Amino acid sequence: MESLTFRHTTQKPLPGSVPNAITGVVASGNLEILLERVLPPDACEVAIETPIAGYGPVWEAVVADFVARAQPGGLRISINDGGARPDTVSLRLLQGARLMEA
Amino acid sequence: MAGAHAASTDPDALSWYEATARQRVVALADPGSFQEFLPPTERRMSPHLPLFDLPRAFDDGIVVGRAALDGKPVLVAAQEGRFMGGAFGEIHGAKLVGLLRAALTLKPAAVLILFDTGGVRLQEANAGETAIAETMRAIVDVRAAGIPVIGLIGGRAGCYGGGGLIAGTCSRLAVSEGGRISVSGPEVIETNKGAEEFDSRDRALVWRTMGGKHRRLIGGADAFCTDSVSAFREAALDLIGRAPAFDLATLEAEQARLESRIARFGDCRDATEIWARLGVNDSEAVPAMDTRAFDETVSRVREADHDAR
Repeated sequence: MESLTFRHTTQKPLPGSVPNAITGVVASGNLEILLERVLPPDACEVAIETPIAGYGPVWEAVVADFVARAQPGGLRISINDGGARPDTVSLRLLQGARLMEA
Repeated sequence: MAGAHAASTDPDALSWYEATARQRVVALADPGSFQEFLPPTERRMSPHLPLFDLPRAFDDGIVVGRAALDGKPVLVAAQEGRFMGGAFGEIHGAKLVGLLRAALTLKPAAVLILFDTGGVRLQEANAGETAIAETMRAIVDVRAAGIPVIGLIGGRAGCYGGGGLIAGTCSRLAVSEGGRISVSGPEVIETNKGAEEFDSRDRALVWRTMGGKHRRLIGGADAFCTDSVSAFREAALDLIGRAPAFDLATLEAEQARLESRIARFGDCRDATEIWARLGVNDSEAVPAMDTRAFDETVSRVREADHDAR
């Protein structure tokens, strides 16, 4: 298993007040994402556990793109990966952020 | 509560087969009533899977909690069939056993188990086998306390292995066309006995041998549902209302019924022969029947309804 953690500073907090949410299932080509509103409003941390080693730079790019688009300030995001492709990861992250905004 | 904010959910439109365990629970219960025990934020994950370099799930593949069903308090467990085939590992099993034991104190109107499992998780097989045994024991205790335990089966993993054994100890079972109930799965039988005995790639054979319609016709399941969350909700409410007594007379009737089943159908080579002997006029037509036509067929089969399974 490979563990990756990325920390970002955001320009604003994610809107809404949902304390936590989960989306997705750990299955082949899929992943689960747990989002918790526990960090300072300008901080975001994404921690990933994946059985597919060696894709750190891809994860880094996908996470940076998500942070730039969603501005998920205040969220600690934990990912259990089942070998999802980058586009699936990106969609799930945005889906998770939407659940937290509800 | 993480579960309450999972994407959802019109119970009429939501396919049970396609839904995740979380979607099923939230849509099955009265709106907003589900409260999860040990939610994903608690991170009660398998201690064993990292040894095999396998990913874990925050809930170990099972969602447990309390909810209201038509205003009545119930305890609910839902297996996630897409995470490791919904298999029983140590934490997964402990959550189900804990929920059943809590029923003795909380005295809900029923315990609902939303099965979606291939059986024991092979990477933690000893813990998983123990969990199966403990779950069966706990169900017996809950039923002896007068609380019905209702199994709902319609997920993509079906209900196999130890899950099939546990289902056999429930008060009542509801199943859909997509649901399958058995102990050894198609691939297991083929591996051990050969493709001549059972061809696991023959989907029609698999479904007419282990599928929901067959189980309903021979009385192995007590309700047949269309593949929607609202149909399973309706079935659960109906079955809670007519759970059998759990006493010596029921168990002796069950033993007698199983003995007569093997005597009557033991020489059949295919499920269609069993259906014909049960009195189904056009047994070849059963797999293609819609729910209404199938319900009419079931209503003419005497063995389909019996307090002993």
